[in-house]
Amino acid sequence: MKTTELPRWASGFVLPILNLLSALLVAALVIHLLGESPVESLQILINSAVINPEGLSYTLFYASTFIFTGLAVSVAMKAGLFNIGAEGQMYLGGLGLTLAMLSFDATLSPWLLIPLAMVASAVFGAGWAFLPGYLQARRGSHVVVTTIMFNFIAANLMNWIIVGFLIPEGDQNPASRPFSEAAAMPRLFDWFPALGDTPLNISFLIAILALVIYGVVMSRSSWGYKLQATGLNQHAAHYAGVRISRMIVVAMLISGALAGLAAVNSIMGSTHYLSLNFPAGAGFIGIAIALMGRQNPVGIFLSSVLFGALIQGGFDLSLEKPNIPQETFIFIQGLIILFCGAMENMYAPAVLKLINARKR
Amino acid sequence: MEDFQFASIIVSTIRNAPVLIFAAMAGLFAERSGVVDIGLEGKILASAFVSAGVAYTWQDPWIGIAAGILVSVALAMVQAFVSITQKGNQLVAGIAINIAMSGLTFVVAQYFFQQGGRTPDLGEARLTDVVLPGTALVADVPFLGWFYGHLIGGHSVLVYLAFLLLPVVHWTLFHSRFGLRLRACGENPHAADAAGVSVQRTRYIAMLIAGVLCSFSGAYLSVVQSGFFLRDMSAGAGYLALTALVFGNWRPIYTVLGCLMFGFFQAVQIQIEGVDLPVVGRIPGSLIQMIPYVVTVIVLAGLMAKSVAPKALGKPFVKSR
Repeated sequence: MKTTELPRWASGFVLPILNLLSALLVAALVIHLLGESPVESLQILINSAVINPEGLSYTLFYASTFIFTGLAVSVAMKAGLFNIGAEGQMYLGGLGLTLAMLSFDATLSPWLLIPLAMVASAVFGAGWAFLPGYLQARRGSHVVVTTIMFNFIAANLMNWIIVGFLIPEGDQNPASRPFSEAAAMPRLFDWFPALGDTPLNISFLIAILALVIYGVVMSRSSWGYKLQATGLNQHAAHYAGVRISRMIVVAMLISGALAGLAAVNSIMGSTHYLSLNFPAGAGFIGIAIALMGRQNPVGIFLSSVLFGALIQGGFDLSLEKPNIPQETFIFIQGLIILFCGAMENMYAPAVLKLINARKR
Repeated sequence: MEDFQFASIIVSTIRNAPVLIFAAMAGLFAERSGVVDIGLEGKILASAFVSAGVAYTWQDPWIGIAAGILVSVALAMVQAFVSITQKGNQLVAGIAINIAMSGLTFVVAQYFFQQGGRTPDLGEARLTDVVLPGTALVADVPFLGWFYGHLIGGHSVLVYLAFLLLPVVHWTLFHSRFGLRLRACGENPHAADAAGVSVQRTRYIAMLIAGVLCSFSGAYLSVVQSGFFLRDMSAGAGYLALTALVFGNWRPIYTVLGCLMFGFFQAVQIQIEGVDLPVVGRIPGSLIQMIPYVVTVIVLAGLMAKSVAPKALGKPFVKSR
């Protein structure tokens, strides 16, 4: 019998892999045109990001940030909203965290300080996502364009705040003062020395927890069902009694809070101060992760690790091959969004044909 | 002094607007045909780089501009293939192009010129300004000298092209057979299909036109305005152009007015930077740079105009049987 719909293993696993391979194939072609060997580059990348234990530890450190931004974009996407603003929301989350630190890092114990910082970053991130959500829900302004605008506004606003108010007197570096020891996220190295002396910290475990909560809420709770119904068909959801505009605002708030939380790993796990442009594109990587992982918790995890490896391995690669600067990975990110997001079903007809041919 | 400042704001408004006008007119064709064009930004950036790079290498601005057109059209065709043939998500496709081009232009610029993602100064290969005949004659006449020599004359050919585009686009859209079909595809593709218009073909042509027009926006940025390519130099111009489109209700005349408004804000921003203003004092540059984006949000919130998008915008057309 002929099937007209793809089985789940094909649409959930085979298609994403084929799409990813297509994106990497184009990337390999560009690397070849730049006069470097794609195979050798891949070897350097895998060596530095996966096989070397310290490198793997860095890969997971970057992945912790990306899990949060990937979740942020995924939650909004499930509700039918394309949140491009995770970058700005993460930036503002960093501000919230920093303000909490600058006020309390000398007086509170780490047990209170770290949760406080997390709450502050989530609140600031959510706050930055509120207006685009509200404008989409109430005025129909497209969330894509408003969140892009909010990214630009966030960049200029933070520039003004950091340069104008947060630089300690006598310093030139555009960054806040370093936080106290109490504000550092506990590192996994202290318990598992085999991981190497790297910034990998408990944010990774918190990120895994967030993935589990996300998975359970989406697939097991009625609220998650309503959220997805809103994304799939607003009119049907409305007819079934979902308050659409409220759902849109809440989805954007959660999305923004998750993006804000991404700042905790980046700042309190590594630099320990707020610096200019610290998100460094993590919010945009979240878009690629959400599309590649198809908003599925396992998919988000695997894509985050892949991007962590690309960043970590890409850093070493750019040192060895000056023709492959780190910006190459911004290009690859765009390719992954194109192939895994916009052209996600390109191979569907071919795979379907193949399945039907084998059945006969 | 006061007057002089105002005069220079007006002149720089006219010089700022073409970047937005070309991109907005490109978006107008794409979106009136039913394809969302978030990818304007990436096309501007790619054509800005290629125009500058090729113009420098061949020492000829026109070869640069021609190469920019090719690249921008190629990107538009990728977008068209994804949006029209593959029926994929048009927003995602546009964002993908923007992000990919932000990375790729840097990588290629670094590969060829080794200047941190910048091209060398174009120097002689920059497009020169047109000096209208008789400018020297009236140069000393008080108002007329400025009006004829600086406001009307003294711009690059591309500036005139941008403003000439307005009547051409208006006529094409509202008074030609192609324009009627284009709008039909954006409003009600099934009706257009039933009337024998190929929706796919019309949308492909619209994207082709969008690619050509958008390339001038990038070329203007690098070959005319700055004289070099700089990493991420489009700085949101593609999104501002889209906003001008929303502001202008997808009509050429109002859209160009929106572009002039944004050009005006940019001009004011440069003028008041570092100037001590009465009452408020000196405004920091980063706050002034925020103005166009804040205005965009206000426009989008519908506080300045109520606009209605083409009905089939963003929806892939599936031919009914």
